[in-house]
Amino acid sequence: MTKVKKITIDAEPKGKKLYHRELNKKIRRAIRNGYNWIILKNIKGQRFIGAGIKEKVTIEVFGDAGLDLGVFSEGITIIVHGCSEYLLGNTLNAGELIVYGDSWDITGMGARGGKILVMGNGGSRIGIHMKEFRDKKPIIVYGGKVKQYCGEYMAGGMIIVLGLDFSQAIKDKKKPITRENIDPKKVKNYKGEIVQSDLAGGIHGGTVYIRGDVPDHNLGVYAVKDEFTDEDTEILTPALKRFSELFNIPLDLIWKKKFTKIRPVSSRPFGKVYTYTPI
Amino acid sequence: MRAQDKVMPRFKVEIDYDECNSCGRCAVNCTFGVIEFDREQDKPIIVDTGKCVACQRCAVFCPTNAISIKEYPVTYAPHGNWTPWHRRGVYEQARTGAVLLAGMGNDRNYPVVFDSLVWDACQVTNPAIDALREPVETRTFLGRKPKKLGIREINGKFELEDIYPNVMLSTPLIIDHMSLGSISYNAYTAMLRAVSEVGTLFGTGEGGLHPDHYPFRKNIISEVASGRFGVSPDYLDAAALEIKIGQGAKPGHGGQLPGEKVTQLISDTRGIPLGTDALSPNPQHDIYSIEDLKTLIAALHEATEYRVPVGVKIAAVNNVAPIASGIVRADADFITIDGFRGGTGAAPRVIRDNAGIPVELAVASVDQHLTNEGIRHKVTLVAGGSLRSSSDLIKILALGADVGMVGTAALIAMGCRVCQQCTTGKCAWGIATGDPILGKRIDLEWATRRLINLFCSWTADLDEVLGTMGIDAVESFVGNRDRLRYIGSNPEEAKILGVKHAGSRIGIGGE
Repeated sequence: MTKVKKITIDAEPKGKKLYHRELNKKIRRAIRNGYNWIILKNIKGQRFIGAGIKEKVTIEVFGDAGLDLGVFSEGITIIVHGCSEYLLGNTLNAGELIVYGDSWDITGMGARGGKILVMGNGGSRIGIHMKEFRDKKPIIVYGGKVKQYCGEYMAGGMIIVLGLDFSQAIKDKKKPITRENIDPKKVKNYKGEIVQSDLAGGIHGGTVYIRGDVPDHNLGVYAVKDEFTDEDTEILTPALKRFSELFNIPLDLIWKKKFTKIRPVSSRPFGKVYTYTPI
Repeated sequence: MRAQDKVMPRFKVEIDYDECNSCGRCAVNCTFGVIEFDREQDKPIIVDTGKCVACQRCAVFCPTNAISIKEYPVTYAPHGNWTPWHRRGVYEQARTGAVLLAGMGNDRNYPVVFDSLVWDACQVTNPAIDALREPVETRTFLGRKPKKLGIREINGKFELEDIYPNVMLSTPLIIDHMSLGSISYNAYTAMLRAVSEVGTLFGTGEGGLHPDHYPFRKNIISEVASGRFGVSPDYLDAAALEIKIGQGAKPGHGGQLPGEKVTQLISDTRGIPLGTDALSPNPQHDIYSIEDLKTLIAALHEATEYRVPVGVKIAAVNNVAPIASGIVRADADFITIDGFRGGTGAAPRVIRDNAGIPVELAVASVDQHLTNEGIRHKVTLVAGGSLRSSSDLIKILALGADVGMVGTAALIAMGCRVCQQCTTGKCAWGIATGDPILGKRIDLEWATRRLINLFCSWTADLDEVLGTMGIDAVESFVGNRDRLRYIGSNPEEAKILGVKHAGSRIGIGGE
């Protein structure tokens, strides 16, 4: 294992907020100088943090990250002690993005690999058009609940929505949210629907696992429920284990509720829409 | 299939047995299952003429020219409204209940605006340039230009202010996006080799980039489309990046590469499982507004450390001018406009044939609109969507495009016969096919040479024409609509083009 070499970058030096261009420049310079653990302080919604980085480094963000966190990256680890805005892990290729907070719309759009673990809630279009290829299999885990169009057009990978409410579980709200700052005993289950309409509409690969029941009217076109088997337990375990480690919540608590598995009707749902006969 | 389902063949293949030497080459070359060869038979060539698409492969490869392909001599009872084309469409849709797919570009008989334009030349008062002996500059640059050239002094040294990344093109012509999958590996490689030799660009299409093609990255425009296939940091390390919003052949439509075409090669390149449909949604789900587009452009700039120009490709539609204005304000470095005659590997026929507007009108209105708004200098305008000859290229430059692009013309240079069967993947010429064995029908050296020849001859044409106009650089010619004249019959069209009618002179004071 390579030695950890840490550096702290203040995103607000002398009280003046750094624009994303300068911030990313500093991050890249730090990477070139051999640092592999970059701590960003005072982040206030700067966009594109870690864009297109393919080095295997860790970026720890204190504050709320802006749009497109980790966009196009391949192999980076980003830990956000706060929230992240839209488009977290847009077109992600590999790596691990961890958010101790909420992350709103279009998380993991078109991702082809990597893991995205979010403690809180999500907006609409989560994991839209994710794919998988050989050993690359993107995984999105949401601790809370998400909105409409989750997993739309999905072509591969896995989305897990747990429906856990962490809002009462933060010990000290003034401090940044870390593993130690979460009180597992105060984590509750959300009541009611944790996913909304058009779940996995147009799905033609991959699976969506929802902890708890999913009413049929929330399923999108070409998505069907399937039996949750032991094999699924095996598939889910590593991702859930990682989630429980990161967010300090016992694995047994997650397993207490049954999962609903959603898969595509076929890998070629639109196969019969077109005719190829030359006329 | 019932007898009533049968539709009469479109073409009739006839073998002239006086000429035929029974070599069977025609059967080897036919990919549509028309010709079979049975040496035992008296007449060894067995023809199933109903499947013929008139791709001419058999006829071209027949050493004795014994094959003729004719229109099938069954007359559809004449009807001015219900043309055979319409009737065949109804038969097919009634049989299948499906959307008709079509390849290539719009094949309807709409008037071509290019054909109503002629250009001006020097006579007496302004001398022509002799392009054979005097230099005519055809180099042009793709990317954002500063409003003015600022120079600053740092420690006694001078440097330029605000220089944006630009790509130099030796000629104002690029090959438009075609993905590996829609065309064969060899055709794709030949185009890359040709553009790198000529010093211009080729678009990857949205099918990702095969590792074999990484060495050509200085001549590649990587496309980021709604499917995001193969988009990785390596893929983004190209000469330019382009966000595809629309395609001329199918404005507003995404794309589907059917599962049967997702072979091992395509699966590797796109990063998707073997045999699944590769769907590109119609919209990009992270772009629902100009602001969202701006975000993606900024993300691409950021991911590439501001090293490469980022453009946006849109289809030519009625509102193209204000859309283009929005795109400039979203910080795009170039805009690609694809006209409604642009080609495609596969699109619903109803969209291919009816949606969009001619690129000539789109370019003229975009150029005028951006100029009026004072932001024309910020972008390079690339336009295509059926440039059939160097004259189309010259006219589109005069109408306001900085760079022209070809797709189908490049395929025709490699032997395409425009039979419109790209959808089927059975291309007998080894171009529009994912079949690795068929793809080998394209000889790399030969195809590369043909493409280079095409570029060279169109550039030479451009040289000659600019010379006759007395213009010594293509950049001075772009948007020079005063050198064009309209000879059509529609004053409204001339108005949109911003071109005077033939015979009207340049007024006093340039009016």
